[in-house]
Amino acid sequence: MSDMTRLTVFKTYKLYVGGKFPRSESGRVYEVIDSKGNWLANAPLSSRKDARDAVVAARKAFGGWAGNTAYLRGQILYRVAEMLEGRREQFVREVADAEGLSKSKASAQVDAAIDRWVWYAGWTDKISQVVGGGNPVAGPFFNLSTPEPTGVVAVLAPQESSFLGLVSVIAPVIATGNTAVVIASEKSPLPALSLGEVLATSDLPGGVVNILSGRTAEIATPLAAHQDVNAIDLTGADEVLAKELEIAAADNLKRLLRPQPVDNPVNWAADPGTHRLTAFLETKTVWHPTGSLGASGSSY
Amino acid sequence: MGVYSRYARRYARLVTMPTTAPTAARALADVTASDSTLRRFLHGLPGVDAVGLEARAASLGTRSIKTTAKAYAIDLAISMVDLTTLEGADTPGKVRALGAKAVHPDPTDRSTPATAAVCVYPDMVAVAKEAVAGSDVKVASVATAFPAGRAPIAVKLADVREAVAAGADEIDMVIDRGAFLAGKYLKVYDEITAVKEACGTSARLKVIFETGELSTYDNIRRASWLGMLAGADFIKTSTGKVAVNATPANTLLMLEAVRDFRAQTGVQVGVKPAGGIRTSKDAIKFLVLVNETVGEDWLDNHWFRFGASSLLNDLLMQRQKLATGRYSGPDYVTVD
Repeated sequence: MSDMTRLTVFKTYKLYVGGKFPRSESGRVYEVIDSKGNWLANAPLSSRKDARDAVVAARKAFGGWAGNTAYLRGQILYRVAEMLEGRREQFVREVADAEGLSKSKASAQVDAAIDRWVWYAGWTDKISQVVGGGNPVAGPFFNLSTPEPTGVVAVLAPQESSFLGLVSVIAPVIATGNTAVVIASEKSPLPALSLGEVLATSDLPGGVVNILSGRTAEIATPLAAHQDVNAIDLTGADEVLAKELEIAAADNLKRLLRPQPVDNPVNWAADPGTHRLTAFLETKTVWHPTGSLGASGSSY
Repeated sequence: MGVYSRYARRYARLVTMPTTAPTAARALADVTASDSTLRRFLHGLPGVDAVGLEARAASLGTRSIKTTAKAYAIDLAISMVDLTTLEGADTPGKVRALGAKAVHPDPTDRSTPATAAVCVYPDMVAVAKEAVAGSDVKVASVATAFPAGRAPIAVKLADVREAVAAGADEIDMVIDRGAFLAGKYLKVYDEITAVKEACGTSARLKVIFETGELSTYDNIRRASWLGMLAGADFIKTSTGKVAVNATPANTLLMLEAVRDFRAQTGVQVGVKPAGGIRTSKDAIKFLVLVNETVGEDWLDNHWFRFGASSLLNDLLMQRQKLATGRYSGPDYVTVD
């Protein structure tokens, strides 16, 4: 027995939709190759029906996730970082294969991605103080603005940065209480599909993040036209596709994030700031009357 | 014909070979002459092959219905919906809203067919009637102490008469499952005939068996025959108030029963699965069952209905998807 060669157990990469790991409804897969052209694995080639199912899952998860306290969302995002730390080696390998990086450079990417989860975990219960607050108004009113999540956000993950870029676009969307349908990098989807496994074990409710792999243009088109998607992040779309999607998205007035300038590669390692947090927030403003209640002298 | 001759052989003692429909109906009348003849007849019905039934229902559920056939099926399904609200919290306002929706399910697209009926509690019949006035939408009322059916017969009949007097076009009665399960078939039979009489000529009678409480497929087949013998215009699976409601298998079984009943007596009876049908995909599966089991004669809202509430929204969203090519969302249909 001992001289027998052991057969490697290959991993079947699957989608992450509604907290489960389905294959593509279409049954299709495509070959994923590394930077030198060697075959790495087969990834599901999602269809528009997978996109539709993902939107249903994201919509179902939205109420509960948005209704959670910001503090709890922060804890869960931090938990994602904890889980990633434990599977660091796997992600370093996958990122190195996907992007053709040396082990040390891939390690730096993964470390930065883990730190990014922690960064956004800290922001969950602070963003409302930054973008909300009391407004001075000329009248006997308290006037309070609070940010609320936009809803279901379709996220086209960056094509080049398969992991750090991916985390940098997912984390801010869910930190504020949105749910996300993410289209992984078309060329290197494996780190994204593995991230699904991490999210599934991080107390993140099923459906808050849904990850699809496949042809970006094929999946993004129905998502951009989908009437039950509230916003779309076009980071991973090229110039031509972004224009098409923007037109389709206008139909139900989707909130849109289209990073500029598109021809200049984004430096994902840089300080992300808060603009991705605020991109998918709506502002609710409440007017509350002040003043005395008649003769008794008591007031609101 | 095969089924027909099988029954004819088996019940040669009970039924004479029918030559025309009325003769057959009269012949089957002998079956209900006493408790024992009725029992002998119902227990003499062939046993149901549960595995075969479920496999058949499941295999018919895998048919792929696309493009123009799908558009036809969705419109047909919409026209077959008995839009239902049976809550303790029903208000006249809610019933009026439901009536408006039944008449124009999608106000943004007037080519959408109206639903078949609205289904309400007896005290809401008058309100519903007013809400659908001037349209072809019928008003159905549940009655006979729905959903449990645990009330004296006098109370049940009064319930029916009130609903009919208020203008109900259809009465959805529940059978006395306790009596049925205790084997008192004639009591159930008498109750249905009494309710049928109370419906008069103005209201069609749907008989609800509550298949989820009948335990076995054999019981569902017996109940179907019992209901049809007693004069049901429709046989209906469930109230929607128990854990197991309409399933493809129990609906297929009831479709087979109405097919065999027509073959034997010439009388056509409708079928209404109710409860738990929420998606267009489910509804289309049921339509496939109808087409494959009883054929086009039943593909009409006079003979087949869906008892549902949330189903209609899904049908409308699918319809919008077919019309525009974009996926629709719950923001574009009413909140019921």
